[in-house]
Amino acid sequence: MKHFALILGLVLAASFSHAQSGHFQVPNVKVKDLKGNWINTSNFDNEGKPMIINFWATWCMPCKRELNNIAEVYPDWVDETGVKLIAISIDDARSESRVIPYVNGADWDYEVYIDSNADFKRAMNVNNVPHTFLVDASGNVVWQHNNYAPGDEDKLYKEIKALVGMR
Amino acid sequence: MKKLLLATGMLVVFFLPKAQAQDNKKPDLGSIHGNIQLDGQYYREDSLINAIPPPEQVGLMGFANLIYTRGNLTAGVRFETYTPALLGYPASPDLPWTGSGIGYRFAQYSTDMFDVTIGNFYEQFGTGMILRAFEERGLGVDNAIDGFRLKVTPHRAVTITGLYGKQRRHFDNGFTKGAGIVRGINADVNLTAIFDTAGVAKTRFFVGGSFVSKYQEDRNPLFNYPENVGAWAARASVLRGGFALRAEYVYKDNDPSRQNSLIVPDDDIAPGLGLYKPGQGIDINMSYSTKGFGASLTAKSLDNMSFQSDRNAGPFDLNINYIPATTVQHTYNLPATLYPYATQPNGEVAFMGELFYTIKRGSKLGGKYGTKIEVNYAVAMSPDTTLLNDMDGRRFGYETRLFAIGDDMYFQDFNISIARKLSRKVKAKYMYINLVYNNDIIQGAFDYRGEKVSGTVYSDIHLVDMDFRIKSNNLRIELQHLRTNQHLGSWATVLAEYTISPSWFFTVMNQWNYGNKNSDERFHFPFVAAGYITGGSRIMVSYGRQRAGVFCVGGICRTVPASNGLTVQFTSTF
Repeated sequence: MKHFALILGLVLAASFSHAQSGHFQVPNVKVKDLKGNWINTSNFDNEGKPMIINFWATWCMPCKRELNNIAEVYPDWVDETGVKLIAISIDDARSESRVIPYVNGADWDYEVYIDSNADFKRAMNVNNVPHTFLVDASGNVVWQHNNYAPGDEDKLYKEIKALVGMR
Repeated sequence: MKKLLLATGMLVVFFLPKAQAQDNKKPDLGSIHGNIQLDGQYYREDSLINAIPPPEQVGLMGFANLIYTRGNLTAGVRFETYTPALLGYPASPDLPWTGSGIGYRFAQYSTDMFDVTIGNFYEQFGTGMILRAFEERGLGVDNAIDGFRLKVTPHRAVTITGLYGKQRRHFDNGFTKGAGIVRGINADVNLTAIFDTAGVAKTRFFVGGSFVSKYQEDRNPLFNYPENVGAWAARASVLRGGFALRAEYVYKDNDPSRQNSLIVPDDDIAPGLGLYKPGQGIDINMSYSTKGFGASLTAKSLDNMSFQSDRNAGPFDLNINYIPATTVQHTYNLPATLYPYATQPNGEVAFMGELFYTIKRGSKLGGKYGTKIEVNYAVAMSPDTTLLNDMDGRRFGYETRLFAIGDDMYFQDFNISIARKLSRKVKAKYMYINLVYNNDIIQGAFDYRGEKVSGTVYSDIHLVDMDFRIKSNNLRIELQHLRTNQHLGSWATVLAEYTISPSWFFTVMNQWNYGNKNSDERFHFPFVAAGYITGGSRIMVSYGRQRAGVFCVGGICRTVPASNGLTVQFTSTF
């Protein structure tokens, strides 16, 4: 119980010290692209424009709703802000083989990676999917949102526009 | 060890704000991040549905991860508390998880070529059929290895992993470990990247292989158990354009165990000893996809492939490998929690085919916004086996071949869904599901007194899911109907979910077992929930009656007992 209190204290201290700054760098973990190559997540790059990192899975209904809803406005987002969406599938061995057919079948234009051992999910401290991070030009996470409700994409887009200096 | 970790943690937290404040001037002192999850439930008695509160009346589980990163160094610790665990948690009924303490801690140093981890780690070789150490928190499954792991990348196309350690067994004021030692080595090679340095090849080849062995002392005075059991796997994949073909084969030496003793249940000679027969499995997947179209075919055959680091462990404990179910994981309440399939590692032959198709927007059939169609068929059958009657000698028990299909259907699922945006504000989805669920094998269906029902359950499910968008507010309505003449009879479910983006959500649901043959048991299961989300944090409060059911993630299922009460869940990422 003493340890519990101590660790709880640690956790709170850590969360508050971060609540003020809130920003952190995208950690360096390996994920697999859809061509079977391993990619370091610290190499995610969008030539000085912001990036969205979205954790999803083929079995997650709100995740697919979110990515399908964003897909409808994504061409406009790219035109206006140059943003890039990186979709990280946490599908494990059971459903990993469904990722490519699903992504193509849904006609998404996102950059998709597979994190089947959940290394990146753990490194980003994601509890459950969907979880969306907004990353600035220098690789700092500047905003995040857990879960999805229709309309959340409008809030996300406001954050993206603020990041690129659009009002 | 614990004290050391705490001290380190405190130092880090103490220095952290300074480190950030002085970001620009001084060298990087690293940063701390983490997440928290708290689940609490207050239980009420509800004797009609056999909901019995624990003596404490309240269950509380908490998880907090802290990860410290500085340059190439990462260290982390997870604090866990089960005071006590929620009913039906963890998945394994053999050993409860109790108390508070450290469930996981590690230090990792990684460069481009080397990656060293000491302490706990999660790992997967290939598809996991030979080795997968993972955490599935929702289920209460965690078989993390505690030991040493080295990953070497001598060439950008080659990854070699070696590991050594013992697995997490359960939790008693800290994680406890199983008796057996797990040792493994794995190599994956991207052949195309080696030979096609210019990167022009249209066809890409990948190969890989693993060897895993476990050691467990044989203290049994009567039986001669193999103390070292080896297993190996080989895999290959080919990708070209939209085509992909992947295959993996796994072989396991003879490994008599509590699990494989269930294959031949009528054993009068030495019940529970198990079989000395080797095991094997194969998994083949082929897919083709192009913009707007995807198709996938999977074939899998398993024989005696339960592989655990303790020969006496229960089905959820100390699994070295992971064999996923070759079925789709449903997300709607009735199909997901009443009749989901769980893999039968002792033997099954399974096939699945899938189609994803988007009818183009603006076309006659596709409508203004396009239409999405998904079709899926999955079937799992018993293997065709011949009993050998050699239990007093060699004890192989039976013989079979890969893909030899037996007479019993374990599970079958045909489903089709059509989703379409009807206007700027309205979306609709219709889904039909036909399930065949052999409860003699899967054993997930119970009646209201907690008794297993026997036989096969045949069910038809129709469901409609509608979305009505009002600016940043959204109303979603689900209507589900399940018709069956077996088990509890037919069900109807109505769900309404109202969300106010980006922060609020409210859900009301009722499940009604209106088709129960026993008119006294036509119960309603009402449920309400409300939640608030801000950034990476989410809090949800719910109240209601929950029927006993099955909760699955990734082909592993735990049975959740009936309950009635108030639940609070908090999650946060920082």
